[in-house]
Amino acid sequence: MDYFLQQLINGVTLGSIYGLIAIGYTMVYGIIGMINFAHGDIFMIGAFIALTMFLALTAIGISWLPIILLLALVVSMLVTSAWGWTVERIAYRPLRGSFRLAPLITAIGMSIVLQNFVQISQGAKIKPLPPQIEGGITLMEGMRGGQSFAVQLSYLQMIIIALTVVLMVGFNALISRTALGRAQRACEQDRKMAALLGVNVDRTISLTFVMGAALAAVAGLMFLLYYGVIDFFIGFVAGVKAFTAAVLGGIGSLPGAMLGGLLIGMIEVFWSAYFSIEYKDVAAFSILAIVLIFLPSGLLGRPEVEKV
Amino acid sequence: MNSAKLTDSLRDAGIAAGITAVLAFFFIGLRTDIEVSDLVLSTHWTNYFIAIAVVFVGRLALNLLVFKAERPIAGRIGALVPSIPGLSGLGRYFGLALGAFAIVFPFLPFAERYLIDLGILVLTYVMLGWGLNIVVGLAGLLDLGYVAFYAVGAYSYALLAQYFGWSFWICLPLAGILASFWGIILGFPVLRLRGDYLAIVTLAFGEIIRIVLLNWYTFTGGPDGISGIARPSFFGIPFKRGDGGFADVFGLHYTSLHRIIFLYYLIFALALLTSFVSNRLRRLPVGRAWEALREDEIACRSLGLNTTNIKLSAFALGAMFGGFAGSFFATRQGFISPESFTFIESALVLAIVVLGGLGSQIGVAIAALVMIGGFEVFRELENYRMLIFGLAMVLIMIWRPRGLISSREPSVVLVERKRIGSEAVAQGEGH
Repeated sequence: MDYFLQQLINGVTLGSIYGLIAIGYTMVYGIIGMINFAHGDIFMIGAFIALTMFLALTAIGISWLPIILLLALVVSMLVTSAWGWTVERIAYRPLRGSFRLAPLITAIGMSIVLQNFVQISQGAKIKPLPPQIEGGITLMEGMRGGQSFAVQLSYLQMIIIALTVVLMVGFNALISRTALGRAQRACEQDRKMAALLGVNVDRTISLTFVMGAALAAVAGLMFLLYYGVIDFFIGFVAGVKAFTAAVLGGIGSLPGAMLGGLLIGMIEVFWSAYFSIEYKDVAAFSILAIVLIFLPSGLLGRPEVEKV
Repeated sequence: MNSAKLTDSLRDAGIAAGITAVLAFFFIGLRTDIEVSDLVLSTHWTNYFIAIAVVFVGRLALNLLVFKAERPIAGRIGALVPSIPGLSGLGRYFGLALGAFAIVFPFLPFAERYLIDLGILVLTYVMLGWGLNIVVGLAGLLDLGYVAFYAVGAYSYALLAQYFGWSFWICLPLAGILASFWGIILGFPVLRLRGDYLAIVTLAFGEIIRIVLLNWYTFTGGPDGISGIARPSFFGIPFKRGDGGFADVFGLHYTSLHRIIFLYYLIFALALLTSFVSNRLRRLPVGRAWEALREDEIACRSLGLNTTNIKLSAFALGAMFGGFAGSFFATRQGFISPESFTFIESALVLAIVVLGGLGSQIGVAIAALVMIGGFEVFRELENYRMLIFGLAMVLIMIWRPRGLISSREPSVVLVERKRIGSEAVAQGEGH
């Protein structure tokens, strides 16, 4: 039970990171129906910007941690959004309304470009960042395998989970209450009709990419703090997992993306804890396949109604 | 040139340079490096300003010299670069010429070992492209895990040869059968899924196969892979020096080039077989059903077609050719490891199929030649070549979203056979 609780905490933390990335996939898929393969690499870009910000701020003499964190978060979100916007502008917008597989190929191309750009400009070695936020609270003392251990909820995990909840609430409000959110939902339902009613479709799609990239940047910062090491290739694995999460939750559905992220995070953590760490990805992918066989449109996705 | 246009262009270039300044700041301007276990930040302002200047000048030059419009325009590369008019029309003759060239290629005076090796590589991708074309181009099923079947083929041959000592010619069909068997195992549960769900499940399947190959150490050798895989023989005659070798039997002077040339023709024949089979199948009921399924699944079901079986057959056939190519890969390399079967391979083959033009055999061959050949041309640039490769993928796709060869021969005709132009294809006719 105690061991279970510890794994649950770890799973929710990892799941929050996946969920934030998954939202970017699910929104883009919802609005233009394409798999944005470069999204995982946008997440990686966000993590790198956060890393550079930590070093730069320390170098210019700022040492109060909360201000470093805040600045790293804000700058990373802004610059990563600019990356997301640019990728959409260069690789996807020219293909709007074109053949369905074309943007998929440019997305894969963009993913290769981003990875190799970062590899060339920042080097291929992994980048370690010493732990920034240490300590935590002990929830309970437990026993495992004859040894006592403490069930820990670290401050970092608390920050990650709390930040995710805040972002989710804010983001939901953005989508359900603001004019931008309304435009976004309108474009998702029917782009042509939305355009006829005066919604600037191109701008809305651009903003969708910007929002997705901003959330991915937050996930990148969390990943950097949580694992302490990043390299130019982290985007691929995280991206595939997050996309799996989006599909598991029902692609196009925002709560689904978060739920899927949490599930994938927990499957991964529990499988590593109780079975084998090597096959954690196999477990996550197999559960995806099983869920899709029984619920072809994901957990929270609306079943597709086909009009003939 | 009027001044308004110049001002507009300058402003546009300025915006582009400003965006570059934001984007490049953390990547080109600043750089983190590990020094004595600590990360150190260094600045590279020269490179940073060069990058901004390059974007500014490049954008300005594009606006003034290439776009030549009243207002700066963006995102219409396709409209600006004239499409090659003959490209779609000369497909047939070009294909024949390319085939003829491929036949005589190893005997041309300039064909060194390196070039023939490159030819083998290109042909491997042509074969993979044609195999995937059955799944993606004909049946319209998006498969992001094609490399899994390539891996199954390669490991089947390697393991069968290792454990049972069977020859390449026995293992080749077995590898194909095993790969298509895996295609059916995967396909059976997931083929009910539509479009992009299928894409993610196939991607996941590709990753699962790779992870299993990586971790099942006792059976597959894990990350060490399998080495010392038996080389193919000329239908039983080994390529070796001395008595009983290929050179000896045929009275030739021994060179190691014989085996390379044999491998070249082997993959050429396998690729032609793929092309031939898929071309013939297109005219059979099952092939027509594939294309009908791609166009409209609901119509197919209403007409009483068993969509699951049709999809499965496409999946299994595509997988089989992937398996053939895989066992060829294993015998050519003599060494395989899970590293050769990453997602990037699947993406590459899919890119070749889409860039070539879905369903177009000659287009796929040209795309494989351009992508793999181009990749080799930039070998000297090492790290930069992947970057160029990715950029090329993006630019070619924007230039020709329907692929290099976008016109089609219809598979079934009512009165007369006529070519369908790319405009009509773009509207969804006659794939």
